[in-house]
Order: sequence, then structure tokens, then C-alpha cells
Amino acid sequence: MTKDVESTVGDPIADPGLPEHQYRPQDVDAKFERRTERQIATMFGLATLLLLGFCVSYFAIDSDVRIFAFGDPSSGTAFGGWSAQNFALGGTLGGALLLIGVGIIQWAKKLMGDHEMIEMRHPVRSSDEDRASVMAEINAGVNESGIARRPLIRNSLLGAIGAMGLPAIVMLRDLGPLPHGHTNTVWKKGMRVVNDVSGTPIKPSDLKVGQLVNAEPAIFFETDEDGHPVMHGHEVAAAKAKAAVILVRMRPEDITPAKGRENWGVDGILCYSKICTHVGCPISLWEQQTHHLLCPCHQSTFDLADNGKVVFGPAYRPLPQLPLAVDSEGYLVAVSDFPDIVAPSYPELARDQKKLDEKFGGDA
Amino acid sequence: MSNNTFTRVEDSPTGKKLAGPVGWLDDRLGLAAAGKKNLRKVFPEHWSFMLGEVALWSFVVLLLTGVFLTLWFVPSMGLVEYQGSYKPLYGIEMSEAYASTLNISFDIRGGLLIRQIHHWGALLFVAAMMAHMLRVFFTGAYRKPREINWLIGVGLLSLGMVEGFTGYSLPDDLLSGTGLRFVDGMIRSIPLVGSYIEFFVFGGEFPGEAIVPRLYIAHVLLIPAILLGLVGAHMLLLVYHKHTQWPGPGRTNENVVGYPMLPVYMAKAGGFFFIVFGVLALFGAIIQINPVWVYGPYNPSEVTAGSQPDWYMGFSEGLVRLMPPLETTWFGWTFTWSVFLPAVGGLGLVFTSLALWPFIERWITGDEREHHLLERPRNAPVRTALGVAAMTMYGVGWAAGGNDIIALKFGLDIFAITWVLRIGFFVFPVIAFIVTKRICISLQRKDNETLSHGWETGVIDRSPAGGYAERHAPLPVEKAYALTSSREPLPELESERPKKADAKGVRNPKYRKQSLRHRLREFYYSGSVDQPSREEIEHANEHLVGADQHPIELGEDFQGISETGVPRVH
Amino acid sequence: MRKLSTRRRHFLALPALLAMALLLTGAAYAVVAPDSATAESDASVSQIEAGRQLFVVGCASCHGLNAEGVTTAGTDGEPGNYGPSLIGVGAAAVGFQMETGRMPLARSGPQAPRNQQTYTDEEIEQIAAYVASLAPGPARPSEKDVDWQSVDEEGIARGGEFFRTNCTACHNSVGAGGALPSGRYAPSLKDVEPIHLYEAMLTGPQQMPVFSDEVLTPQDKREIIAYVKTVQQQGNDGGIGGGGLGPVVDGMFMWIIGLGILTGFAVWIGMHGTRTTKR
Repeated sequence: MTKDVESTVGDPIADPGLPEHQYRPQDVDAKFERRTERQIATMFGLATLLLLGFCVSYFAIDSDVRIFAFGDPSSGTAFGGWSAQNFALGGTLGGALLLIGVGIIQWAKKLMGDHEMIEMRHPVRSSDEDRASVMAEINAGVNESGIARRPLIRNSLLGAIGAMGLPAIVMLRDLGPLPHGHTNTVWKKGMRVVNDVSGTPIKPSDLKVGQLVNAEPAIFFETDEDGHPVMHGHEVAAAKAKAAVILVRMRPEDITPAKGRENWGVDGILCYSKICTHVGCPISLWEQQTHHLLCPCHQSTFDLADNGKVVFGPAYRPLPQLPLAVDSEGYLVAVSDFPDIVAPSYPELARDQKKLDEKFGGDA
Repeated sequence: MSNNTFTRVEDSPTGKKLAGPVGWLDDRLGLAAAGKKNLRKVFPEHWSFMLGEVALWSFVVLLLTGVFLTLWFVPSMGLVEYQGSYKPLYGIEMSEAYASTLNISFDIRGGLLIRQIHHWGALLFVAAMMAHMLRVFFTGAYRKPREINWLIGVGLLSLGMVEGFTGYSLPDDLLSGTGLRFVDGMIRSIPLVGSYIEFFVFGGEFPGEAIVPRLYIAHVLLIPAILLGLVGAHMLLLVYHKHTQWPGPGRTNENVVGYPMLPVYMAKAGGFFFIVFGVLALFGAIIQINPVWVYGPYNPSEVTAGSQPDWYMGFSEGLVRLMPPLETTWFGWTFTWSVFLPAVGGLGLVFTSLALWPFIERWITGDEREHHLLERPRNAPVRTALGVAAMTMYGVGWAAGGNDIIALKFGLDIFAITWVLRIGFFVFPVIAFIVTKRICISLQRKDNETLSHGWETGVIDRSPAGGYAERHAPLPVEKAYALTSSREPLPELESERPKKADAKGVRNPKYRKQSLRHRLREFYYSGSVDQPSREEIEHANEHLVGADQHPIELGEDFQGISETGVPRVH
Repeated sequence: MRKLSTRRRHFLALPALLAMALLLTGAAYAVVAPDSATAESDASVSQIEAGRQLFVVGCASCHGLNAEGVTTAGTDGEPGNYGPSLIGVGAAAVGFQMETGRMPLARSGPQAPRNQQTYTDEEIEQIAAYVASLAPGPARPSEKDVDWQSVDEEGIARGGEFFRTNCTACHNSVGAGGALPSGRYAPSLKDVEPIHLYEAMLTGPQQMPVFSDEVLTPQDKREIIAYVKTVQQQGNDGGIGGGGLGPVVDGMFMWIIGLGILTGFAVWIGMHGTRTTKR
């Protein structure tokens, strides 16, 4: 028994012991005591009133009443616009809770006994005898079970229990389908590039130099004979997460297309994926004078005049470009799907890109 | 009531009323034995001990408000056309999750309040856990025998962050969807199996329709249940070990001095719950948080400037922003380091080093004793400096997570900020370490100075020769004791380094380990000064006498000495 | 404790402030008069001439005597842009730049900031007429173009869709603005006149891209303006909005104010109260 809870050795100063207890005014003067009692009871009383006020506000205040201060709401300069109901409910509830809390603590501080008490600590460690007897019991248990002597039973049991993990893992298989669709989007040859939200097709003449259009493939807005959309719900969301694009128009002399990309634009109009190659935020913070496109999530910056090259930030791959052409009616259309993989990188990316390169290799 | 005359409990009015129920319960549960020990359990008092309580109570507030929210929240990604009373979104197609969140905010009376309290509570929960953890770290309260409780705390912190993030993602608004998009990118960056995990987590291609219901069940059942269990274990161990205390007169490593659980602590802790809840309710009433209606429903082709995670993920977000582009292809596999390293590696590093620290420190110091007295941060300079360096590193990551807001609000160049923080991530912590360690050691010296030369009375003596000197008086013994009692004497470091081989040329198999430990020990204690010995203090006190050769008497108006060693004035 | 009690007093004083604000509101409304800006399709010759005079004095030093622009050697081998050419920018660009006080530029910087209008409305019309006469360009929108009050609820909701798709990435979901590279920024949309919102979309000032009427039709633009104005006027239901800057500000509130207040309470709870020497 050497490891007791020991005093820190070598204290240069002897412990003077607890100082003498000092009394509170409430302990010695009944006048103080009564005043404190009244004070606390008032807090609890006020809290009750506030809670009643909560109920009154709940029924009395319409949920569309708003509180404004300093200025004119109709000009948008006013401060506030807070929901009166939220403010009243929260104010009364918060006030009541605070009063109850402060009252209880005041009671504890001012009126409850406040003599400090001393409790001794005991070493966490059990006595040596206890340890020895526990070891003996474990030993007896192990011996009686024969777990050490019967490795066949032990190991086969361990194996069976280990195999229990397999169903648990196997069962997770149907959480989702196997990965697919990373390489392709809904874009295909001849699909029109249409304005997002309104779905209007775009002619090159609609775009001024310095213009940005947040666009989508036309298929999102197409309907079948019965007027039902061709794609709906989550199909659209999943497709959008890869196929959203931006159209930008620059002066043709500012653009330095890479080899093989000379004819991907139409009169200085280029089309790029809107999905950042870093972690997939939609990017459309385009600076028309520098031609830089900034991602608001992690500040990856791409130069759209230079084939979507990364000029700053954590993104590694350049922004994929969609080759453009004009259809017979003069509207902008895609020449093909993206020749590069859109959206964030994933482990099979290099292999998938290789396949794409082979597919597009001939005519790029 | 200052009534010190005891009545026998059976004769007191309370005793008469309670004897029956207590007896009934004890007949069935036999709780009296445990109650006897614990009802009047003593807890020491200090404001910093209540930070953990803030976390506990905000967790309770989260449970209460969370139950309310589940009554109306619909965890579904099924699409509906919004028909509620928020006009600017009327008729827009959105998920049921988002529509029901709007419903809670605008059509359920008090729903907005509960939502805001819940969100503020979540921010407070993690913030208070972190503040509590810093308190425990800087005072050495995690030392033996409390390492296991420290580990539980690390678990609570990490789970609390995950719980917060799952909640942030539930409303399916543009901001939370953007957060999920980031998670999608992060999952994809996991080497080799990223695509598979992506498809299993999202139930197909991002965004799919499974993620909100899946996150919901984790948010309302799985993680809270684990959190609750860990909180219980955390509290049980706290009661079992008894709380640590600050050194002071009468407070030693073998006792605990304070107020009893029943009634004082029950009242103080209970009252504090109401205060935490009250402050959160006022926050919910006055300060708007996460106005999902202005963000709009999630749409993978939309984003808003200032897209940020909640603060506790800001560090991770910042590291991702700071990371330069890095991606390699090995054997046909793509490894996206620029996402994987900061996002997964950063948090992994934080939690691993947190979990390992108590064991690393114990290995370095070789300290096997139980510690129940808190150590002042200055008395463990390397620990304190490491803590501050880690906080600095965390702070750099955190600031980087808001670099766009900083750029916008202070008119700075966002790229320049990023570069400063990229370099600062490695440089600032080093500076912080050196500065903090120096400050700690200076404070140690100042303590020694006060102990051996007394406190400065502010009384200026003029000597017959015309010189002026400030009169020093010996430190009151209570104060001197508090200053010295938790301070460990510096261990005697082995002056000789471990040898590769002994005199007979036998190789020392543990040489590397011993040598590393030796060097770390030297580093850990380097610069620290020992406190003056008993003789030195007594000797010094004898010299602190007035002109009449009598020890200086402290007048009636002496009010003691403040934390900083300055005499209090009224 | 002292801090806490003042906080509570403030809190109770809010209703009083609200009453005062109502009075102020009335007064303020009388002062604010929406200035009308009508498109002058056929500007008179004298107006163009007056505009040219003003241009030569006030603008030509940067934009060139004939508004052809002034280029400098620049950096990285690319020609620098001292003042861009104004040929073909149209009256809308002049109206936007000068009425929001961005032009004339006080000093060069990463970006021309919004400022007090320095020229009179009449002078701006004259300069606009002159610039418009140089080459065809977008005219100033008509009053009907920016009449956002006429947009119905469905239109406002649709405007929200356009806004989130085209605008929020830079300007933030409540129009609080956002950061761009190299010290540039997308400015806040608070208190911007509808006509200037329209002209900004139409002309793409500075780094902002153009959103031409062919792609975003005048009706689309009107709906966007209606959405922005509606959202800004409705205020923040939940309370103090933090400028619409999102979670970063929320985190700061919680760490500094929330944890600060609660630590204050903890200090109070742990404090030894008044003691007496009696007994």
C-alpha cells in the first residue's frame, strides 16, 4: 500500500487550515432574511406572470405582425421587422426562466446553509487484498470454463462471433446502388442550352460581351405529348448536380483556346460546367473583366479565357468545357457531352477519364 | 435559517412526512446506503467548474426543444408545392423537409422560437463543451485518475459536432444542401472506396432522396442516445472521483471542500439550468439564426455567397480552403489529397491528439500519482504553451473558414488573407508557443518573488539618507499556501542521457525509446523554476521587518491580496 | 452584475424606442421622394452638346476626349485600362455609374465604391445623352420596367428563383454582398434604387456580368427586383439579423455574447456574497 492519495511532497508552507466561517447578513439579521425572502418570492411571482403573458401572447398576437424601429419599412431601411409573436413568446419565456433561475440561486446563496463541508477522498485504487481476490476469482473462472485448455471450442466460438459481423456488413449493401454515372451527364449532341428557371433557348446574338447566363440542358424543360415533364423530381436534381452550365461571352481575341478546342465556342461564347471540380459547389461568380470564375465555397478560381485553368484555391482539375455549336434555327446547342469529367474527383476518375479520352479522342 | 439546534429527524416535520415514502422505496430498492453517501456529497465551488454544466444544460434544452420540433418536422425529400404563408416562396416546388421547416417557422405559433432556441442551443452546446475542455486541459484536471473521463469528453465533443452537423443538414434549404454537397465531395475523396461510400450514403447519385431521412434518424435517435449514455458515464465518473478543486487553505489533495449536493448544489445547478434555458430563449427571441426562408429550397445549381457551416465545422472548412491543389494518380486510382487531407485528416488529427495527450504527458513526466488539486496553467509551461499553440492553429483554420466574410467586412483581398493564413497555420502556433512559455515562466518567477520578498504594500519609506523604497510585507500564510500547495517540485532529471550500450558493451534494447523520453522530459521541464524552499521563505520573512526591527504588522484595513498579488483596497 | 442589469434595462426600453421610431418614420417618409428617371429616347441636339461639354471637363481625363478610353502600359505585358472606352455602353451605364456615385471616381482602387451622387440629375441625363449618341447601347429603363410593385405573388416567387440562380452566388441570399478576388467585392443590394438594380443587370458594371434583356427579359428583371425589395422590406422575423452574413456571425454571437453572459452568471453563482463580521 504505497500508492495512497498522497499529499504533494515538499510543500514549503504548512496548511493553515480552513479560514474561520464568516456569516452573511441574512444569517444574523432577521430583517435581511425577510427582505431576501420577499425578493426571491417576487421573482417567482413575476415569472408566473410572465408565463401567463406567454399564453396571452400565443393567442392574442397574430403571427404576421412585425415590429419595426428606426425608419420606414416600405423603403427597406427600417431596423427590425421582427415577428412580434416570436419576440413576445421568447421574451416572456426567457424572462420567466431567468427569474426562476436567479431566484433559486439567490435562495441557495443567501438563505440555505453555507457552512463549507469537508469530505475526505479515498484512493481510487482498491486494496491489494481486493485486487488479489479479484485476480483469484478471474483465475478460477477461467480455469473452470477451461477456455485456456480448450482452444478448439474457444477459437471456433470466436470465429462464429466474428462471422456475426458479416450479416451486419452485408446488410448494408442495399443502402444504395453501385457507383455509376460519374462519367456522363444528360448533355448530348444537339441538345439546346437554355436559360435556367425560364427555359428559354438562347441565340448567340442574345449575348453581349461580358454576359453570363446560368443555363441548363433543354431536357429539364421538355414535356411529353401529355404535357408531363420528361424528367422529374430527383432525376432532375441528380442530373442538375452534374449538368448545370454557365455560358459566358468574351471578346474572341481575349480567349486562348487549347489545342483542339479552337471551335468549341461560338463568337467568343463559351460554355463551362457550373459544378466546381473541388467539392461540387455551383460556381457562377464570374468577373467579366478578368474572366475569372470564383467558387464561393472554397475560393477555387478558374480562368475561363484560358480553358478553365485553376488560378487559385484548392481545386486541382480545370473546369470542364462543353463544346458549343448553333442549330438550324440559330440556337446554341451542345456538340456532345462533356469530354472531361464534371463534379468532384473520385477514386476511379483517372480510369474513367481515360475512357472518355478514347471516346472523344478522334474528333476533339 | 440559522438554526443550529438539531431536532431528531423523526421528530421534524419533514422527517415525519418523508419517512413513509423513503421507507417504501428503500424496502424495494435499498437505496438508503447509496443515498447516505451521495445526497450530501460535497462539491467545490468555482465559476470555471460550471462551463461543463452549461454544456449539460444546453443538451437538456436541445432534447426538450428537439422533441417539439419532431412533432411537425417531416423528414422526407418528397417534393411538394409550397402552400404555406411565407409568400415569397409560394407555389415553389420543394422537399417536404424544407416545407415543414417553413411551416414550423411561419405557421406553427412559437415554432420559430423553438427552432431558434434549438439552433442557438446547438451552437452553445458545442461551444460550452469546448470551453469546458479547455478549462480541464489548462488546469491539468485530466490527470490520473481522470483520463477515462477525458476520453469520454473527447467522444462527447466529436459526437456533439456530428450531431450538430446532421441537424444543420436536415431542413434541406440551400445552405444545408450546399453543406451536404461538400460532404459528398469529401466522401468521394476517400481513397479507393469513395465512390462506393458515396452511393451507399446517399442511396444513389447525389443528392438522391434518402439522405434527409437517414440523417434524421441519426440526429434524433442514434447520436442522442449515445450522447445521453456518454453524458451519464461522464457524470457518474465525476461523482465517483469527486470533483477536483483549486488549492487553498484547508484544501488538499486528500479532501474536497465545498457545499453539499443537497440542498445547495441541487439548487445552484437546478437554478443554472433555468438560466441557461432563459438565456437561450432570449437569444431565440432577439437574435435571428438560420433564416432558412431566405436561402430557398436546395437546388444543386444554386449557391449563396457566404455559404458557411456552423462555427464548430469552421475549422475543418478553413483547412479545406487553405489547402493548395493536390491530386495524384497511382496505379490508375485518383487520390484527392486537397479534400481528403484537410477535411478528414484535419479533424482526425485534432481528436487523436486530444485523446492521446494525457497518456503522452504521463509517459513524458512519469507521474504516477493521483491528482485532485488543479494546477495553475503557469506551473506547467509546456502544457500551457502547447495548448495555446493548438488554439492558435485552430484559430487560423477557423478564421480561414470565414475568409470571405473577413474580406468583405474589412475590405481585404481574399487571396492575400488565404496566403497569410496558409503560412500562419505553421508559423503562428510556433510564435504562440514561445511567447506563452515565456509568459508562464515569468509568472512563476513573479510568484517566487512574492513568496520570498513579500507583497508590495504601496507604502513608500524614505530612508535617513534620502533614498526611497517601497515597503514589502510578508504574504499572508493563506495566500502563500495557495500559491505553493499545488506546485510540484521539479523532478531531478537524469543528468546522463541513456546510453546505446552499457560499459560492458551490451546493447541497450530500449535505447531509442529512453533517449526520446529523456529529451522530451528535458523539453517539458526546461525553463521552469522551482519554488523557494521552506527555509528560504522563512529566512526572507525574517527580513521583512520595519525600522523598529519588529515584523511589519498588517493594519486593520488589510483586505488580503488579489489574484495578481496586489493588496485589495475597499 | 452591473453589465447584466443595464442589458435588461435596454431590453425593456425597446417598446419606448418603437413608439419613437413610429414618429420618426412618418417624418422620414415625407423626405424620401422616389426620383423619376425616364428614358429619353430622342435626346435633343442641345442636350447632347451640353453633355459633351460636361464630359470633356469631368470625364475625358480618364475616358478620353471622345470617350474612346485611355489605355496604359499595364502589367504582365497586357495593356492596362486607365479608363475604359464608353462607346456603346449606352445611357443605362452612365445613369447607373453616376447616380450611384461610383463615377466620377474619387481615387483608383480595386473597385469603384458606391458614393454620394455628385452631378445633378439633369447633368447626368445630358452626359447619358451624349454617351448614347456615340453608338447604340442600352437605354435607361422606363418607369414601367422598374415598376416592381405591380408584380404579383407568383411573380415574386419566380423572381426569387431567378435571384437564387443568377444573383445570390455573388450578392448573397439577402443581398448582403460577397467577396471577390483581389479586394473586389459584390456590393450590398440594401437601399439600392430599383432603376439601378435594373441598370446593373442590363449593363454589367465593373466585374459584374451582363444580363441582357434577351436572356433575362424585362419582366424577369422586374420580378427579381420585386423579390429583392420584398425580402428586404419584410425584415428579419427571428430578430437581429447579423447582416445576413450567416453562420460565421452566429458563431461569434454565441461565443462572445452567449458564453460571455453565462460565464458572468457562473462567476456570480460561484462568488461569495456579502459577509458580515457579526457573530
